[in-house]
Amino acid sequence: MNNKTHKEPLFHISRKDTPVWWKRFGIRIIAVILALIVSGIITLLLTKLNPIDVYLTMIDGAVGTTRRIWALIQKTAMLLIIAVAITPAFRMRFWNIGAEGQVLIGGFATAVVMLKLGGKVPTPVLFIMMIVAAILAGAVWGFIPAFFKAKSNTNETLFTLMMNYVAIQLIGYFVLEWSVPKGSGQIGIINQKTQEGWIPSIGHNAYLINVIIVAVITILVAIYLNKTKHGYEISVVGESQNTARYIGIDVKKVIIRTMILSGAICGIAGFLLVSGQDHTITKDTAGGNGFTAIMVSWLAKFDPLWMVLTAFIICFLQKGAGEIATMFNLNLSFADIITGIIIFFIVGCEFFINYKIVFRKSEKEVAA
Amino acid sequence: MPTPAIELKNITKAFGSKVVANKNVCLTVNYGEILAILGENGSGKTTLLNMISGIYYPDSGEILVNGTPVSIKSPKDAFEYKIGMIHQHFKLVDVFTATENIILGLKDTDGYDIKKAAQRIKEISEQYGFDIDPNKKIYEMSVSEKQTVEIIKVLYRGADILMLDEPTAVLTPQETRKLFAILKRMKEDGKAVVIITHKLHEVLEISDKVAVLRKGEYIGTVITDETSESELTEMMVGQKVVLNIDRTDPVNPEPRLIVAHLNCMNIEGLKVLDNVTFTANSGEILGIAGIAGSGQRELLETIAGLQPMVTGGVQYIVPETGEIEFLRDKTPMQIRELGIRLSFVPEDRLGMGLVATMGTTDNMLLRSYKKGRGLFLSKKEPKELAEKIIEELQVVTPNINTPVRRLSGGNVQKVLVGREIAAAPKVLMAAYPVRGLDINSSYTIYNLLNRQKEQGVAVIFVGEDLDVLLGLCDRILVIGSGTVTGIVDARTASKEEIGLLMTKEVRRNEQ
Repeated sequence: MNNKTHKEPLFHISRKDTPVWWKRFGIRIIAVILALIVSGIITLLLTKLNPIDVYLTMIDGAVGTTRRIWALIQKTAMLLIIAVAITPAFRMRFWNIGAEGQVLIGGFATAVVMLKLGGKVPTPVLFIMMIVAAILAGAVWGFIPAFFKAKSNTNETLFTLMMNYVAIQLIGYFVLEWSVPKGSGQIGIINQKTQEGWIPSIGHNAYLINVIIVAVITILVAIYLNKTKHGYEISVVGESQNTARYIGIDVKKVIIRTMILSGAICGIAGFLLVSGQDHTITKDTAGGNGFTAIMVSWLAKFDPLWMVLTAFIICFLQKGAGEIATMFNLNLSFADIITGIIIFFIVGCEFFINYKIVFRKSEKEVAA
Repeated sequence: MPTPAIELKNITKAFGSKVVANKNVCLTVNYGEILAILGENGSGKTTLLNMISGIYYPDSGEILVNGTPVSIKSPKDAFEYKIGMIHQHFKLVDVFTATENIILGLKDTDGYDIKKAAQRIKEISEQYGFDIDPNKKIYEMSVSEKQTVEIIKVLYRGADILMLDEPTAVLTPQETRKLFAILKRMKEDGKAVVIITHKLHEVLEISDKVAVLRKGEYIGTVITDETSESELTEMMVGQKVVLNIDRTDPVNPEPRLIVAHLNCMNIEGLKVLDNVTFTANSGEILGIAGIAGSGQRELLETIAGLQPMVTGGVQYIVPETGEIEFLRDKTPMQIRELGIRLSFVPEDRLGMGLVATMGTTDNMLLRSYKKGRGLFLSKKEPKELAEKIIEELQVVTPNINTPVRRLSGGNVQKVLVGREIAAAPKVLMAAYPVRGLDINSSYTIYNLLNRQKEQGVAVIFVGEDLDVLLGLCDRILVIGSGTVTGIVDARTASKEEIGLLMTKEVRRNEQ
């Protein structure tokens, strides 16, 4: 036996107890600081700019003016509601990556009602019809993959992904069909003069109602998941379908019911985007938030209340990074690099919460 | 003077700060010797072997192989030191043949020469007395054959030190005898053999030395010929326990559950239950004995409404009125809604009986969450029940919200059995309720079952330890390949009689 074989590895990884909350918090803070240092160094190397300036610009871009603060809050709210919408499905281990499509189809239904009925029915009736249409459209988009999952165990990830493209192409078709002026390929601002079907501003705040609706839905979903019988069934099905069967839960029913709910909330998100923000519909209305929401939900460990924070962090970074790109005349990819580094550290630090690294000891000692 | 193969010096391994799986363990394994490692569940036997076979790395301490300190970082390292481990759960590829599994992952410079490999497997088989067809696919094999493949796999890789984790847990008495004969031949061949078990009579039968662990600590090594069952038990549990189960005579037994001509198929369309007929009486424990996988699980799951029956039926006789309810084609929820008090402790505790990531309270909710009107859960009653079970059954858990998967096997089972008994059942079915439990926890479970019996519950107990079945039950139904091969009186039957009934059907099929 040669000497080489008897060598303790430099380090090995072992599990540790979950640390107390302030230690967990501390680890995450350290991760953010490290992330800022690393991206500072990269900024310096790539652009020769002073990282402090860059960070200040970032903060300024996100919260520099009241207008920017409100834009950030609205952006956070829209990301949050989609994250909250997919969470019931995720808790059930139903990997719904079709939020993008569910949001789009909900927004599309809203836009159709606005276009075709705006000014023809009383405003309250119009709003009710818009919301109902959005909820129904989203629910149908959620129901279809759930039905096939329950009936023939199709792969929900692929199925929901494909449903996104169906929604995008549907909108693409009708946007062309109804474009104003004809052939421009855009619907343009719907009811621009009458503002029929626009969520009204309160004071000067165009987004206040949006934010309130999202806050209410977030709280309701949190209660639904944690305090109701349905929420409990979702958790059991997610953890073990065998246990669910054993105890007599109708697994298929729960899958379908939960995905209808998930899709319906996405539909509401689409309604808010169209009626409360864009006042038009395009293929980009959801803007990738359907996918970003997955990260938001996951980072918050599927807890809707924590998602407020995770959605805020991500929107803050996106807004701020966008600002650096314009201010310093950098391309948008650089902003993405910074966002990527910071998220990498935030996600990566979870490892240090659950595990410790034991380094080789220089001298042998008998463990206590 | 025997040559030491492995020496362990002050081996310590902890998982987190609370769970110390092994603490300062020192022991020696010699060539030409069979060492049994004895200990209750959770005493750290498997962890210890996993460190020798490179799956875990010790926190501190030294491992010496052939007198040289070594560092075993992976199973590959272990093979280099000629150490082979046969795990409790087999790690084989189902659709491959025995030969393919055996040479899988081997770096063979000549390329995979199946014929040559099969030839060597034959030689090894002849040398040690294995009975194996190298070209048989794993999914066609019985548990004992799969185990044989695992053993040949390590021998093929040239192991001189063999470690077996609970090899007899899945075997019939006859198969166990065959395995022991093989192990003895290996020992005569000069190999070092380490075997984990918690069956005392097997330790006495097969081993030369016994090392005892208790709660992760090394208690000592004794020479088998110089020890006794009671001394080993004392070392193992720290205090003398009486190895007796109180058995009362059934009071007014009357039919409670009648299973008639039950036929059942699995997903692949293979018959798993063939014309099963029996009656379970109130105030009686009906044992079900059989080789693992003979249809026990399917039988209980069919009664509980989890598996469809092809033909046949299950009748439940309502105790108060004597009315008959037919359970056929009913879901568990429908059965419960009929007011039939049927409790079921399934074999897969964390995967079926409980939700592993939930705490004790939320697991109590499983049975009662539908209670009460409205949308909302009421956690008050389940919380009280959880507290009661934790107190009465002495469940060791940090608190009622600690996920049950973090509890030890015995405590998990107490939570599950406690919940099922709290439903005040009239029929209580328990599949392998003491599997993997230490002696003290096992006795807690036996006592609970006995108390249910005394209260007039019809208890169905699927077990694997024949001594326990004979000591606990009133009648024993023996099942072999999905058919009932006999029903015997547990007070008069012998182990050999049951062992023969267990293998009866298997033999018929082989002809």
